[in-house]
Amino acid sequence: MSRNRVSYTLDSTLETVNSAEATASKMATEAGFDDDEVVKISMAVREAAVNAVLHGNAYDPSKKVTLAFERTVRDLVITIRDQGKGIDLNAIPDPLAPENLLKTSGRGIFLIRSFMDEVEIHPSQAGTEIKLVKHVHGSAAGGKEASQ
Amino acid sequence: MTMKASTRQVDGVTIVDLSGRITLGEGSVILRDTVRELIGKGNKKILLNLGDVNYIDSSGIGELVSAFTTVRNQGGELKLLKLTKKVHDLLQITKLYTVFDVKDDEAAAVKAFGR
Repeated sequence: MSRNRVSYTLDSTLETVNSAEATASKMATEAGFDDDEVVKISMAVREAAVNAVLHGNAYDPSKKVTLAFERTVRDLVITIRDQGKGIDLNAIPDPLAPENLLKTSGRGIFLIRSFMDEVEIHPSQAGTEIKLVKHVHGSAAGGKEASQ
Repeated sequence: MTMKASTRQVDGVTIVDLSGRITLGEGSVILRDTVRELIGKGNKKILLNLGDVNYIDSSGIGELVSAFTTVRNQGGELKLLKLTKKVHDLLQITKLYTVFDVKDDEAAAVKAFGR
């Protein structure tokens, strides 16, 4: 099984969010996903990066965001880690509940779960790590991977 | 790829033509400021033309919701016009498609505002 992994350590800025999204788009395209899937993957990564920069590290310049992409035969795996206090998963309301529909925030993790095949969220006192998995299938499975 | 917003008046309705991305940061701020300015000037019938908006993130969705409630709380109406497929799909999965009044035709949208 071939594996490709690349990671970045980024500042807690809005530029990091845009950079994470752009890198995810590039990685997903190179992995052979179609345009719709590329948009979903890059959007999920953007939302995770927003959580890391805004809610996790709270734009603290002393705290970093780690972004890693790993390509296996079966999956594209993206891991995003912040150095915040750790997200409280029980405090995230259901954005689809009627009483929450008109809330102006709280949809990021819902969108991430909607767009990715697997999502693992690991909060700790040292920060939150979120692992996003998209299965390679169809044309993507026989695409760039086959030539590596 | 910044967002741009321009406004025009058609039969008492303010149409806001938006283009680009409505995302955390500049795009969301431009939308917020535009709607607040319109409300401040007494424009209470607002039609957001999203035909050239190719990307919205969760912050942008939140800003659309905020615009909707802000206008409604002032006794006005806010409708959406010409959603791209990506934006349409986003509003579907977040169940907001049923919250917003979404139109495809500008003339019909303008007529749909209360008199």
